[in-house]
Amino acid sequence: MTPLAALILRDMRLAVRVGGGAFIGVLFFLMVVTLIPFAVGPDLALLARIGPAILWLGALLANLLGLDRLLATDHEDGSLDLILMARIPLELAVAAKALAHWITIGLPLVVAAPLLGILLNLDPRASGAVALTLLAGTPALTCIGLIGAALTVALRRGGLVLAVLVLPLNIPVLIFGVTASNAAMVGPVPFGTPFGILCALSLMSAVIGPLAAAIALRQGLD
Amino acid sequence: MTLINLANPSRVLALSARILPWLTAATVLAFAVGGVQAYFAPDDYQQGATVKIMFIHVPAAWLGIFCWMLMSVAALGTLVWRHPLADVAAKAAAPIGAAFTLMCLLTGALWGRPMWGAYWVWDARLTSVLVLFLMYLAVIALWRTIEDPTRAARAAAVFTLVGAINIPIIKFSVDWWNTLHQGASVFRVGGSTIHPSILIPLIAMLAAFTLLFLTLHLAAMRNEILRRRLRTMLTVQAAAAT
Repeated sequence: MTPLAALILRDMRLAVRVGGGAFIGVLFFLMVVTLIPFAVGPDLALLARIGPAILWLGALLANLLGLDRLLATDHEDGSLDLILMARIPLELAVAAKALAHWITIGLPLVVAAPLLGILLNLDPRASGAVALTLLAGTPALTCIGLIGAALTVALRRGGLVLAVLVLPLNIPVLIFGVTASNAAMVGPVPFGTPFGILCALSLMSAVIGPLAAAIALRQGLD
Repeated sequence: MTLINLANPSRVLALSARILPWLTAATVLAFAVGGVQAYFAPDDYQQGATVKIMFIHVPAAWLGIFCWMLMSVAALGTLVWRHPLADVAAKAAAPIGAAFTLMCLLTGALWGRPMWGAYWVWDARLTSVLVLFLMYLAVIALWRTIEDPTRAARAAAVFTLVGAINIPIIKFSVDWWNTLHQGASVFRVGGSTIHPSILIPLIAMLAAFTLLFLTLHLAAMRNEILRRRLRTMLTVQAAAAT
């Protein structure tokens, strides 16, 4: 097994065991989606209209919640120092960690989104669109979050700063995710345009995220 | 004096002490010229006297963007050359940039009230400036959470550069989002070319505000250098006391 595959498997195993955060994210997602109708009222027509926005916001926040554990646990137990000293390039190592994080935190959110769509009176077409946009967009959220996680890894109370750093950078992903979902339902723009830009954002942050995170880790932990 | 000499804080302090009075005088002079020109500039036939808000609003917006560019150059100085002055420049610039961006937002709100009938509309430009302001606050928050100044400088430098890549993307996506939601309900400013009677005062005010920024930035850099000295002295004192 290559070191990167071993790293990914290790992170995934840790995430599903006691103390890992794999299912807490989905639980939080469910809670947020349950709370919103209490705030805006049980009007099904309204919920169907703002449903994609609720799902996207919920997924964004649930994803944010898991980020402070992305590198911090490894920093606490010292394995991050081993990763820094290892022969594999640090950029690839943090990219592998981000991938494992996305599989354990991001992917469950994508799978849960159509089920939660039922609660929000979304028709199957809209639910499918939201799930598809989340599938294309959550990698961007994870990779942008990776930068924030790397910048705040050594801080004692890094979680709040991490949110403040990462949320403004997530605005484009949110805009194109919700626009693409709405485009699939009603429209005025074709689904492909915002969806293509969303995929572009994901690909771009998959490059910038690990690079910037590796720089931040090298500069911050010497 | 080469760039490497500026790594010595004492030299920077001495040099800036010589430059600062001249820069301050130039700023006062530029504001006097720009202020008089702005005062005598004609009112707009549609907007009346409120158009004069532009003479503060536009320079503030320009400096909000300019300051992030300056911070990005300083960030490169921090990460690539490890230049100590770059750390100081970046740290001193962030609150000033945030202040100018806030000034742009506030004057925009005051201008928007008589023109659009609301202090705030989710217009594309307003929204992207608001996001820029949030980014400034985030970078200041990062500076204030990491105790060790050199490590804080590196973290802030990485974030500043990521921001420099992302701010144009955010601007693009907000424009996209806005055209989708708002359409042409908000009237366009600056669609036509600006008449010289307004353009010349505007350029004068732009120059004056830029000089003000440079003055404030240099003074803030001096303060930051002195603050670091004080910090080191206190640390040494505390270490000696124990």
